[in-house]
Amino acid sequence: MSKKLADPSIPKIPAGAKFQRWFGRNLIRVYMVVAFTYLFIPVAYTFAFSFNDSGKSNLIWKGFTFRNWQNPCGAPEVCSALGNSIKIGFLATIFSTILGTMIAFAIGRHKFKGRSTSNLLIFLPMATPEIVLGASLLSLFLVFKINPGFWPTVIAHVMFCISFVVVTVKARIASLDPRLEQAAMDLYANEFETFRRVTLPLVAPGIAGAALLAFSLSFDDFIITNFNSGTVITFPKFVYTAAARGIPAQANVIGSGMFFLALAIVIAGQFVNRRKAR
Amino acid sequence: MGKIRTPYLLLLPGFGFLFTFFILPIVNLAQTSTQTPVGGGDTGQYEQTFRFQNYIDAFVENKEQFGRSFIYAIIATVLALMISYPLAYAIAFKSGKYKNFLLVLVVAPFFTSFLLRTVAWKQILGEEGFVVPTLRNLGIISQSTTLTSTSFAVVMGMTYNFLPFMTLPLYASIDRIDPRTLEASGDLYANAFTTFRKVTLPLSMPGVVAGTLLTFIPAAGDYVNAAILGSPNTKMIGNVIESRYFKIVDYPTAAALSFTLMAAILILVTIYIRKAGTEELV
Repeated sequence: MSKKLADPSIPKIPAGAKFQRWFGRNLIRVYMVVAFTYLFIPVAYTFAFSFNDSGKSNLIWKGFTFRNWQNPCGAPEVCSALGNSIKIGFLATIFSTILGTMIAFAIGRHKFKGRSTSNLLIFLPMATPEIVLGASLLSLFLVFKINPGFWPTVIAHVMFCISFVVVTVKARIASLDPRLEQAAMDLYANEFETFRRVTLPLVAPGIAGAALLAFSLSFDDFIITNFNSGTVITFPKFVYTAAARGIPAQANVIGSGMFFLALAIVIAGQFVNRRKAR
Repeated sequence: MGKIRTPYLLLLPGFGFLFTFFILPIVNLAQTSTQTPVGGGDTGQYEQTFRFQNYIDAFVENKEQFGRSFIYAIIATVLALMISYPLAYAIAFKSGKYKNFLLVLVVAPFFTSFLLRTVAWKQILGEEGFVVPTLRNLGIISQSTTLTSTSFAVVMGMTYNFLPFMTLPLYASIDRIDPRTLEASGDLYANAFTTFRKVTLPLSMPGVVAGTLLTFIPAAGDYVNAAILGSPNTKMIGNVIESRYFKIVDYPTAAALSFTLMAAILILVTIYIRKAGTEELV
């Protein structure tokens, strides 16, 4: 053994270097495993505790049960909160997607006076902390003697979602090949027809992505909602108020359900994209 | 329909909305911030007296929470950058055909509600969780040390919750780097570290700037992590604004604090963008 190692014709690799090389090669894999574990710990915890036979406070593991999944509305208020979140999210998505897409087309497709000011107006709400957005909107509602509640919340959500819609749709418009539209015009399509049959279908995935983003932003929002919803309880608000005494396992069921639903939508979307690309 | 008018017509509804429900409220907030209580009026009744002293009072009274907000947000942003950069780099360059799958994995945890995840951390790190007893048994922390209700827990929660805001822009700009520029750097005898410092990092700067901003801004105004994972000693400015509004009905102070927070963030962000040298963010 030692003779072989001493043989100058065979390059010698010291054990330390060998390990270093393995580590260097696999470091990134090791790192990714650690990072993804960190990312998924609370999700795994939420999922696991959705099966907890816990009674009212879901703090300590008391045994495995399917009961929470069979009856996700079992805890008081959980499902009405979920319903409110879905309604608000749906309305906020529709309005913000329409308004935002129009702005995106104006900025992305036209050169006009005030374009950079428009960009600034889109950027500002994203650069303002949520608490300032929420508090300022509430004080406006108070001035006009509008009570916080369902519609003020919808308005608040539309307001902060617009910018994200604009940014997403604008990115898609920017990536379009202008020659496609020119080709349509060359083939005697008028402006409207070109828009309807070429531009819009090409931008549609961007609009769909923006709508999904808007819905998830709205659904998950707590701070702005807390300021403007008054007595209306949304799902995040429900979790926040219940957190002090331990949230019911049914909330974990809904959270996990949302997780799998969203995952399914994203994977389906990727699948559709890949088929289209073929 | 005139061609010149088209963009304005497209902008009108959206900007009308933003004007009414974003600009107007901010103006109104500025107005509220200098009001004082009506003499002999009910709680919650205020009149405009242009008392700018409100700002100084509000700041002096809460300078601790202000400082904490910015320190926590900066630490959380730096931690998120340190965690996200290698991750985004690995996904962009080392993941081959699993790229899309891994990107979905980065975003997937954030499909569970933000609040649920924060509560989950509270329970994982809490007395009844498995982390604290294990660390105690191993002697890493003393018997009396807790993890929740500490600034550690708040910063960790913020780092975790804003991670995708960091990872996604980083990924977007690293993914755009032409791998041949890295090869060229190697061919010119740069070692891995020099290549990173001179080529990869400068090229990914737009992502670093966007990611740090998208993390820092919500983190500085956040109060959910501090409320769930913290204690009265870890209160941030968001907690103060919230309680001034709802518990004390002290609108002027809440407005002055909100405005100070926004101004501080805008100033910091402007300096930062200037320094980082990327002004084409929008």
